[in-house]
Amino acid sequence: MVHRANASHVGSCFSSVDVLAVLYGRVLNVRPDQPDWADRDRFILSKGHAAAAVYAVLAETGFLPMEDLERYGQNGSSMMTHVSHRIRGVEFSTGSLGHGLPFGVGKALAARRLGADWRTFVLLSDGEMDAGSNWEALMFAAHHGLDNLVAVIDYNKLQSLTTIAETLALEPFADKLQAFGWDVRELDGHDHDTLYDALSSTPWTPGRPAVVLAHTVKGKGVSFMENRVEWHYRSPNAELLARAMAEVRGDDA
Amino acid sequence: MRNAFIDELVTAAAADPRVALVVGDLGFSVVEPFATRFPDRFINAGVAEQDLMGLAAGLASEGFHPFVYSIANFPLFRCAEQIRNDVDYHELPVTVVAVGGGLSYGALGYSHHAVQDYGLIRLMPNMLIAAPGDPAEVRACMRYLMAHPQPSYLRLGKAGEPLVHEAIPDIAPGRWVPVREGTGTATLLTTGATLALGRAWLERPEFAGFSLHTLPLWGLRHKGSQPAQVSRWTHVLTIEDHLADAGFGSWLAEACSGQVSGTRLEVRALSHEIFGKVGDQHTLNALGGLR
Repeated sequence: MVHRANASHVGSCFSSVDVLAVLYGRVLNVRPDQPDWADRDRFILSKGHAAAAVYAVLAETGFLPMEDLERYGQNGSSMMTHVSHRIRGVEFSTGSLGHGLPFGVGKALAARRLGADWRTFVLLSDGEMDAGSNWEALMFAAHHGLDNLVAVIDYNKLQSLTTIAETLALEPFADKLQAFGWDVRELDGHDHDTLYDALSSTPWTPGRPAVVLAHTVKGKGVSFMENRVEWHYRSPNAELLARAMAEVRGDDA
Repeated sequence: MRNAFIDELVTAAAADPRVALVVGDLGFSVVEPFATRFPDRFINAGVAEQDLMGLAAGLASEGFHPFVYSIANFPLFRCAEQIRNDVDYHELPVTVVAVGGGLSYGALGYSHHAVQDYGLIRLMPNMLIAAPGDPAEVRACMRYLMAHPQPSYLRLGKAGEPLVHEAIPDIAPGRWVPVREGTGTATLLTTGATLALGRAWLERPEFAGFSLHTLPLWGLRHKGSQPAQVSRWTHVLTIEDHLADAGFGSWLAEACSGQVSGTRLEVRALSHEIFGKVGDQHTLNALGGLR
């Protein structure tokens, strides 16, 4: 998809696709044949630049025909390279960072007011935690005891120009989140079983929203992309695409 | 206007459980009637406007109709991107309510002067602009918005605006409402709190024979209905307590560009001379050119 569209953000897709696979494969209570089913769990991709990963997962789980992925980033298509609500199964368009968590807070609050049982999940990037709007939302969710809200932070430790540590350090990250009133679990964001255990068991404490600090690797699964900041923006040429596909498929194993 | 707003909102909330009031730590002595009666639907998000607007969009996406109330610059310029991306683009029924439109918070200074708000909001294709001119128009706008929930901006004055209409007027998007018929083919056209100013100007010799019209529901989507209405007149003078740039008169001129001939369109609005000055609303309006 990214190669065909000559689009960016493939590294960010690989860092978060395991979280998405666990959410859509095992955790979210959704119906692919009924994307607007009222009692579904809500999922919001706040790091909208990982749209390719979400579209791929939606296709894999039956929300979209697989051939729709060929329209990704193509001229005249509505399959934007930042996630779009015009695509079946997508709740909310993002692209500008710092929007998903406040919106998710509104959904979680609505569920509470409506007496509904569904949960709201928001996937954020680590770099977008620079945005003050997220810390406003963290405060609000804790203050209102929104334990039907789950945030997952894709903590790959790279931003678009350099590392998190060199840009605006987030550490001690877990302590900050805890201090804002959230229950925090740190785990390997590529380990499906660990992710499943955490994401399927919220609220961990009644009355407290949950945040998974998912330690991930940008470009995970493709050796020449892993932990390389340039793969925030680059798309693979034909030769690199072939190498990447071989590695992802495990042809070298 | 604030009291008419909260009165209508309480009435609406009693009839419709989707109505919510979301504030950013503002509204002392205004919001209490709602907060007391509907505590579950009154949300004070604190001094955190970006979260406030985002969560209002989230509430709206689940069927609520939130009214986001604050002093004009906070829910508008601070939240411009949340309005653009979260509310307008997703076509969610959030009504952004700005209190203190124009220079009604004159003494509080530049930060609280709402004279660029039309310019920002009228760029949002789905936002309906409701800029009532008196308490009767506030009630009319509120009833319209309740019957037609959509992305919208309600621009209020403060308190004490004189009642101009004898009854709650019949309004529709983009349609001019007659306030007083004249004898000629010229009219004053106002939006927002300059309705009373327009009525006062009718008494001047230079506007003898002019009629007075008001336009409390407008926005980008309703430009198309303007040329036919403007063509009826030989002279239309718009009055607004907003900068001339990107304001109401500019909107009308753009709407009529290339569509209307034989009508003199004249814009009377504020100049940037008011920046950096404080004073009461009347004084600042005069300093800015509305005299």
